[in-house]
Amino acid sequence: MKFIYQAWWKILGVLLVVYTIIAGFLFTVPALPILHETIRNVYFHVPMWMAMFLVFGVSVFYSIRYLASGKEEHDLIAIECVNTGIIFYVLGLVSGMLWARYAWGEYWSNDPKQNSAAIAFLLYCAYLVLRNAIDEEQKRARISAIYNIFAFPIMIVLLFILPRLTDSLHPGNGGNPAFGKYDMTNEMRAVLYPAFIGWMIIALWIATLRYRIRLIENKQNSL
Amino acid sequence: MELLRQTGYLLKKEILLEWRSKYAFNGVLLYIVSTVFVCYIAFNLTPGFEKSQGYAVVWNVLFWIIILFASVNAIAKSFLQENRSRLLYYYTIASPQAIILSKTIYNTLLMSLLSVLALVVYMLFFNNTVGDGWWYFLVVLAGSITFSTVFTMVSAIAAKAGNNGTLMAILSFPVIIPVIMLLVKISKSAMDGVERSLTYGNFAVLGAINVIVIAISLILFPFLWRD
Repeated sequence: MKFIYQAWWKILGVLLVVYTIIAGFLFTVPALPILHETIRNVYFHVPMWMAMFLVFGVSVFYSIRYLASGKEEHDLIAIECVNTGIIFYVLGLVSGMLWARYAWGEYWSNDPKQNSAAIAFLLYCAYLVLRNAIDEEQKRARISAIYNIFAFPIMIVLLFILPRLTDSLHPGNGGNPAFGKYDMTNEMRAVLYPAFIGWMIIALWIATLRYRIRLIENKQNSL
Repeated sequence: MELLRQTGYLLKKEILLEWRSKYAFNGVLLYIVSTVFVCYIAFNLTPGFEKSQGYAVVWNVLFWIIILFASVNAIAKSFLQENRSRLLYYYTIASPQAIILSKTIYNTLLMSLLSVLALVVYMLFFNNTVGDGWWYFLVVLAGSITFSTVFTMVSAIAAKAGNNGTLMAILSFPVIIPVIMLLVKISKSAMDGVERSLTYGNFAVLGAINVIVIAISLILFPFLWRD
């Protein structure tokens, strides 16, 4: 766990994100019907979900480790990763909605992908409510770890499997081509992939900061 | 083998307890019949609704909502009625996997029976518009099995976290909404008499959800019960 106190990967993350913001707005993109310049949203919308996915994954990993070890730190990492993931979840939803306003005509157009994203959001809100419902710390840690492990595969089914089975307007679902398949140029890839890595690092950084704050709080409270 | 033997004994005990008191069964049956009756009266306030375009849609959705709330009520009891000392006794004599497995199987049996009865009662009161009756019946069975597996695990979690009904609803509804959407879709195509082979894929997804949920409960329940 030493690397969370090191600076090099945080600097790398900031550089990558700054690069993708500048390049994302300035580089040329292919001129496609309907999409036009809104295709640039892919640099900001998709990385949010990647970042969310990473921190939720880390959270599940530490929930499993908590069940095996019973160490309080593992539970703290799990909850702070979920807290960070929820921020990125909201950002992903909002950036998607803004794009949908221009590409589909409505902020919320009852699309299966949007609906299941909203349901999966409820899943993680339920996780936070569950944590508030239990007072005893060890019991809270154990039960919420179990729910977290239970929720993660269902989130994957909701976000990635169910929308693919139905007719969704979202790229990559229901027979619609994903951006990667036909429309992506190499110039776009040169922005998109660094954006994935950059935002994932930023999400991890936020989670580690929150975790360190919690550690300090715990130390102060424990006399 | 030991696991199966223990599961068998626990299942027998669950059924025997239910047979003696008939509490869950009668309670939920009464719940279903009264809900159906309330809906029947409410629908008859609008004459001519049965002939209208949206009748089939409402028929289908209403049935699933009744089944949903009935199964939440039925299955929430499965861990609530066990007191602490009795649970402690089970844990000394049986493996946790056997306990969750027996509960799941018992709830599956109970819910299948109840949902079939609910379907009969529902068809008695409401004008039946189902095209492919046997397929609809099969969808109802598949739905009640999925509800039971999901709600059994969630009720185990909710029972540990203070036993309140709100928590049960909050925890289970995000999980059950996609299942409900799938079920409404398949059962609607059964009502319309759509070619059966077109819904195989959806059945496969339901089956996959069941397998995932049962596997997760078998893995996670041992961590849940120990205090």
